[in-house]
Amino acid sequence: MTGETFQPAIEFLQARYAVDGHIILSGLELAVAPGEVLALVGRSGSGKTTTLKLINRLLDLTSGDVRVEGRSVGNWDPIRLRRHIGYVIQEAGLFPHYTVERNVALIPRLEGWPPERVRARVEELLHLVGLEPAKFRDRHPRELSGGQRQRVGVARALAADPPILLMDEPFGALDPLSRAEIQREFLALQSRLKKTVVLVTHDIREALRLANRIALMEAGKLVGVYSPLTFLKAREPLAAEYVATLGPGETPESAA
Amino acid sequence: MSLLEFFYRHRQEIMTLTLEHCWLVGVSMLLASAAGIPLGILVARHPKWNKPVLGSANVIQTIPSLALFGFLLPVPWLGERADRLAITALTAYALLPIIRNTAAGIESVDPSVREAARGMGLTARQILVQVELPLALSVILAGLRVATVMTIGIATIAAAIGSGGLGEFIFRGLAMVDNRVILEGAIPAALLALVADAALGLAERRWRRSF
Ligand SMILES: Nc1ncnc2c1ncn2[C@@H]1O[C@H](COP(=O)(O)OP(=O)(O)OP(=O)(O)O)[C@@H](O)[C@H]1O
Ligand SMILES: [Mg+2]
Repeated sequence: MTGETFQPAIEFLQARYAVDGHIILSGLELAVAPGEVLALVGRSGSGKTTTLKLINRLLDLTSGDVRVEGRSVGNWDPIRLRRHIGYVIQEAGLFPHYTVERNVALIPRLEGWPPERVRARVEELLHLVGLEPAKFRDRHPRELSGGQRQRVGVARALAADPPILLMDEPFGALDPLSRAEIQREFLALQSRLKKTVVLVTHDIREALRLANRIALMEAGKLVGVYSPLTFLKAREPLAAEYVATLGPGETPESAA
Repeated sequence: MSLLEFFYRHRQEIMTLTLEHCWLVGVSMLLASAAGIPLGILVARHPKWNKPVLGSANVIQTIPSLALFGFLLPVPWLGERADRLAITALTAYALLPIIRNTAAGIESVDPSVREAARGMGLTARQILVQVELPLALSVILAGLRVATVMTIGIATIAAAIGSGGLGEFIFRGLAMVDNRVILEGAIPAALLALVADAALGLAERRWRRSF
């Protein structure tokens, strides 16, 4: 997938991260092509969130390098880097004192968009994530369900149209029906927008369905990177364990 | 002569001293907020400042107020005017609850909210102004409320060094052994404290309920 002719959108070069001598990530070598959806899969505590935070510099590497669009993250202005990368966090992290509208409008407003354009954008995004604007625009996060909050979190990350998107279990709190629906939306959207997405998920079906490639992590190390098809046939025991959790005859659409 | 009649006869002076009292307390609270809120932010941001800042504010609080007024008396400039001196001491007393609550309010902001703000590329200043201070505001207001009520009480003692305010009545009444005169100071002071408590409490609840 990652031909030598492409400059990777995101690249990890022997990336290592440690806190107080305790190694959390080590020897991470990974490249994400522009427009690719890469799923990060692994047990709880395997280092998925940490990997994401090294990309937008919420955490600083201990050694090695992470490059975004060819430039080492250390050479980016951290604020520009983060505005360039949409971030959906595990707990949504909406501002409780802002309405849904102001939450979604956060970055466009900071970027100085004219108010009509911000308003139109919020409307468009709320539709996109399946929240009727008239009904939800003026609510506060307290007045939303967990799944609705997550949708607002996704809309907020997309608001200023960043070319790169980091998503940490963005659909974790959704019921299976809404989840399937938003996954369909995601695929439709992605075929149009071609963003570079790193998606953390615990749901192997979701990874198989949404991702071009699946990166499997364990205890702070990358076990392997697979296409959905090779993942299903992988000899790697951890991959096989995941595949074994799928029901018999479950053939994911994206493998077709 | 009933107490009410007694009060009525002195209404002019009660009014004047009440206003003087409000002025002492108001100026002290403004200064204490101007110093205490930034110090609270500092403490929340850099835990290493926690001990020196809160420790000092705490030590000030342990000094009996009459003694503090006395200690400040020989200080040049300050000692020249009683109101300057009183305001300095009152400001120093009011610092602790303001600093402590500002720091606690900021520290209580949900870490995931702060992380989302940082991750989306807000600057430290934008996070402070748009996220941390608004979310900490009701706790900060609670600190201001405690500080104001306390300062209204301590300000009566400032009359001992001649700074005026409702304490005048109290000290005069003590000297005259006349409880009615003491009450002329004590009742308006208590009412002021109740009103300040209610008003700031209302502001606090309003803000909390607005989201
Ligand atoms: N500040 C920290 N200090 C020490 N250890 C940490 C710190 N942050 C994370 N860790 C540890 O690093 C490891 C990786 O954490 P990380 O959050 O990346 O896991 P994860 O794969 O995202 O897990 P989950 O699926 O539960 O979200 C965990 O073992 C965690 O306990
Ligand atoms: Mg995680």
